[in-house]
Amino acid sequence: MATVNVLVLRSPGANCDEETAHAFQLAGANTDQIHVNRLLDEPTTLEKYQILCVPGGFSYGDDVSAGRILGSLLEHKLGDLLKAFRDRDRLILGICNGFQVLIKSGLLDTQDDSGKLLATLAFNRHGRFETRWVHLRMRPGCCAFVTEDEILEMPIAHAEGNFVVESRSFLDSLTESGRMIATYVDNEGKSGDFPVNPNGSAGDVAGICDKTGRVFALMPHPERHVIPTQHPRWTRRGDQPTEGDGLRLFRNAVAFFG
Amino acid sequence: MASDVVTLWDINIRHLPESPERRTIDNHSQQTNADLRELGAIASERFGEDVPGCETSRGFLLEAELAAEEIERIAHRLLADTVIETVDVTQIDRREVPANTITVLPKPGVMDPVAQSARQAIATLGIAVESVRTYRRYLFPANASAKLLEFVAPRVLANEAIEQVVFGELSAEHLALGSSYTFERVVVPISTMDDAALERLSREGQLFLNLTEMRAIRDHFVEQNREPTDIELETIAQTWSEHCSHKTLRGPYTYEGEPGEGGLLKDTVFKVTKDLDLDWCVSVFEDNAGIIRFDDDWNICFKVETHNHPSAIEPYGGANTGLGGVIRDILGTGQGAKPICNTDVFCFASPDYAYEDLPDGVIHPARVMRGVVSGVRDYGNRMGIPTVNGAVCFDERYLGNPLVFCGTVGLLPKERSFKSPKPGDLIVALGGRTGRDGIHGATFSSGELHTESESVSGGAVQIGNAITQKKLMDVLLVARDRDLFHAVTDCGAGGFSSAVGEMGETIGAHVTLDSASLKYEGLSYTEIWISEAQERMVLAVPSDNWGELRELCESEDVEALVLGTFEEGGQLLLTYQGETVGELSMKFLHDGRPNIVHHGKSSRTPPAPLEVPSDVKPGKALHGILGSLNVRSKEWIIRQYDFEVQGSSVVKPLVGESEDGPSDAAVIAPVPGSTKGVAVGCGINPRLADADCYAMAASVIDEAIRNIVAVGGDPDRCALLDNFCWGNTERPEVFGTICEAAFACRDIAKGYGTPFISGKDSLHNEFQTPDGPIVIPPTLLISAMAIVHDVRHAVTMDLKKNGNNLILVGLTRDELGGSHFNLVTGATGGTAPTVDTTVGRSIFEAVHRAIGEGMVRSCHDLSEGGLAVAVAEMAFAGELGAAIDLADVPTSEKMDAMTILFSESNTRFLLEVPQEKTDRLLKLFGDLPIAVIGQVTEAKELSVRGAGGEVLRESIAQLKQSWQQPLK
Repeated sequence: MATVNVLVLRSPGANCDEETAHAFQLAGANTDQIHVNRLLDEPTTLEKYQILCVPGGFSYGDDVSAGRILGSLLEHKLGDLLKAFRDRDRLILGICNGFQVLIKSGLLDTQDDSGKLLATLAFNRHGRFETRWVHLRMRPGCCAFVTEDEILEMPIAHAEGNFVVESRSFLDSLTESGRMIATYVDNEGKSGDFPVNPNGSAGDVAGICDKTGRVFALMPHPERHVIPTQHPRWTRRGDQPTEGDGLRLFRNAVAFFG
Repeated sequence: MASDVVTLWDINIRHLPESPERRTIDNHSQQTNADLRELGAIASERFGEDVPGCETSRGFLLEAELAAEEIERIAHRLLADTVIETVDVTQIDRREVPANTITVLPKPGVMDPVAQSARQAIATLGIAVESVRTYRRYLFPANASAKLLEFVAPRVLANEAIEQVVFGELSAEHLALGSSYTFERVVVPISTMDDAALERLSREGQLFLNLTEMRAIRDHFVEQNREPTDIELETIAQTWSEHCSHKTLRGPYTYEGEPGEGGLLKDTVFKVTKDLDLDWCVSVFEDNAGIIRFDDDWNICFKVETHNHPSAIEPYGGANTGLGGVIRDILGTGQGAKPICNTDVFCFASPDYAYEDLPDGVIHPARVMRGVVSGVRDYGNRMGIPTVNGAVCFDERYLGNPLVFCGTVGLLPKERSFKSPKPGDLIVALGGRTGRDGIHGATFSSGELHTESESVSGGAVQIGNAITQKKLMDVLLVARDRDLFHAVTDCGAGGFSSAVGEMGETIGAHVTLDSASLKYEGLSYTEIWISEAQERMVLAVPSDNWGELRELCESEDVEALVLGTFEEGGQLLLTYQGETVGELSMKFLHDGRPNIVHHGKSSRTPPAPLEVPSDVKPGKALHGILGSLNVRSKEWIIRQYDFEVQGSSVVKPLVGESEDGPSDAAVIAPVPGSTKGVAVGCGINPRLADADCYAMAASVIDEAIRNIVAVGGDPDRCALLDNFCWGNTERPEVFGTICEAAFACRDIAKGYGTPFISGKDSLHNEFQTPDGPIVIPPTLLISAMAIVHDVRHAVTMDLKKNGNNLILVGLTRDELGGSHFNLVTGATGGTAPTVDTTVGRSIFEAVHRAIGEGMVRSCHDLSEGGLAVAVAEMAFAGELGAAIDLADVPTSEKMDAMTILFSESNTRFLLEVPQEKTDRLLKLFGDLPIAVIGQVTEAKELSVRGAGGEVLRESIAQLKQSWQQPLK
């Protein structure tokens, strides 16, 4: 299998780039952490990579709203480049702030033909930043990052993760087109109010993909559960598993190019 | 309209109401209206009208010539989120503003990071604007009276230390930033001043120096046959401030008439470390943080700072920059360490404090707590540093003077642990620009707070911008690895003045003040020199490397500029526009301060006998302690902090079956791929200080080490940090208590073989009211970190399995003085807990060995609330029950069940051990006090038997409910 190269996009305020790169490395990829300014200076930098990952953090301070400024940069300065990247069968992953960035860049196909926004990530319904481990029901749908219907555990850590849709019909269309990839559930796979759904997201949405299935974004942090001792109840378990749940997503992404 | 008048656009953004699709909340509106309701009773009493609710909105003011299409794009596509918000664009002066409109915006010169970012974002659309400001707006019903709104505005809507409140329409004046500055060298004629004039100069110039010090300054300049400039006086005041020089605890002293050998700290905490002489202590009390060895490649460093006075005046900004500052301490340790976790400890008055009893000039403790928590949250989370450990203490004496301790641990390549600037190195300023924020922070924090502090010292409050610092950190660590500089330090209190003064102490420096990059016009040369604007570091850079460093910084939008040169000769030379404005000898600056002797008087009294009200029931007392503010769950705070970022957490702050039990300490594994870890914990218990300060200090050291050992930290590789927060130590009875605490630090740390590696004190923590000062209780925070040799052996406190034995380690004594039992039952007197380091050290080592050998399934230390609280917490965290028998508890003497249950004797642990490992474990403990006292049970209740039968039986669910009462 040829080596898969991953570009983990740094930006002012991105702060999960190191552990995200580490997770991709554990999955067998080569990684580079590259500042968005380099990509703006030299867009062809992207050519040698198979995967672009927008990691968690607070890009540009989340000052206007979460992910807005980097999202705007990606849309207005790099939009064509990223669409061409996606259309060449490459993958784009957004984690946490990366989800906020991608939804605001338009790359997740969450706007109508006139450019009107159909979905956003609003403030958590309980009004606070929240760090909490959650169970995610993963459904492959049309998404290249997910291969099995299963439940995975990983943490969230965000203030603006409440998936809000402009209309019920848009939510239905996400389900019907197999784009609703990760939803918050309890340990038995059932949906529920807080804390099962930790932020009030419509349809319990934790992660969605674009129409091609090659752009995927989720609020929880798979890179924070790649080894057993990261699990919140690992001291309660008898035998430890060999790896953490989150590593699955990185392995799938790398295997896509196998 | 004249063409030279730039248009002022007002982009007003309102949250759309909630609907079945749009399940969102308007946080700002909810919080504001909740606060208004809280203020209701007192306001209606004063003004005879009810406090009405208000509509809230946020917005941006843009100064720009824009086409209609451009402003629409900015408003709808960029600044507002139209799925959940609605937006109105108007032009100021071309509209009608409804009656009772209140707009709150940052005062001129106060940092507005959102505005900075918004401007950058607008540029991505290819549109240029002159300036951007942010605001919040409140619309009250037309019939609300002006008097009422004027009362409400500073209490709920704005903090006038940093914000301006505008009633009605805005004007361009509200947006003014700075005016131009005309250079004028200011000379202060000090040589002819008498004592009264010197004191006036110190007070009115906010120098906060005493008469002896002012005289020394005068005499120095008389000797030089010249008058000082303003900048020279300011430089001396900064360097000699309590905050920077720690003159009280480093100066000469007496205790009960006996003179000390050196300074108090030198005789106690420094001495322990020196006497212990441990090879794994890399750098102690020298750098910005203490450094110890981690593994073959890495060292770790730890620093804990206080930011009390700024947090009293502006809780959010004060706490925000408190954490920002200690993170910079770590970035400025050695040649720059990477921050790997944060700690936070707060002391507040009760959040339930009655509004009507609040003295003037005091922010309500609930608002202080909210502001402090959010301030710490927003800096730590944005920097991407996990906040993993902390504590919150409540006492009414923290009312006007809350305490905010922020700590950061850093990871440092072994070979980058030391630094030294070289003559000829360029003085490079890196990071944020310099503004008028935080002028006089160092000197201000060395005085006492009073009713007027807010208006007099408002300039001392800084506002942080964590992203500026994150960018700075990113390039700094790359520059370190490329070997681009010789030395680095942070700009903290005193700004450039302290940073350059410290770095150049043994060399000398020439600073050209006009080369600093400013946020806005109008700063005088002195303001540039002493501004405490945040997010700045100073580097010593060989001139050959300057080009590469500048390029690196430019590539990531970090500002770097040359401020001057380190020049041999031992002089500090300050110039502005080619003219010398200050020239001081480093020797006078650093060694010229006259020593002031402090006298300590003992007020230790023999303990009063314990008196317990006759109707006390153990079950009720247990519920009371679990629900007390200090012990109660802090989940509301903990979850607002990202404790998972960096992916390093092993033992989290919340543990157990439902991930909500109280962890003793945190364990992180900071090097990816390595199983070596660091345990981080703390001890604090100001309640004990009222009983006995020596016992208090001894107990909190014991508690800090206990917490570390309980999770798997090695007590023989454990380092301590001290933070003394005291009242006015000019009073001998106050200085006496700090002496007693310091003596305990010396004795206990020596006995345990745990060195102190860093510390920071904050004195003068008093709030002046017309009825006299409110003095905080003597508060010593001990922070501890220790090596965890293999994190896979770490242990948590939640019970794991039905049938396992519960084993109590350590001796229980009759020690209820200052206990939480006394607090909730109204009992008084009793002996404060003591520490026996000989037995204690053996206990720590044995517990550590038992954990390392995998014999222990769970472990919890016994602290506030003693055995009863420990076993209850272990049970509800593990969602199991426990049955214990007090008859088997090792005690120093015969005592009643209540004392055994609630005594807060030190160096005790409750272990959960499988049956089959119990004999081996007991053998390992040999003669040490240890006993099997009960078992883990399936039945979800806590049952306790004593000599006379059942003492208590409580359901685990109800105990947990008491503990989980909301904090807010």
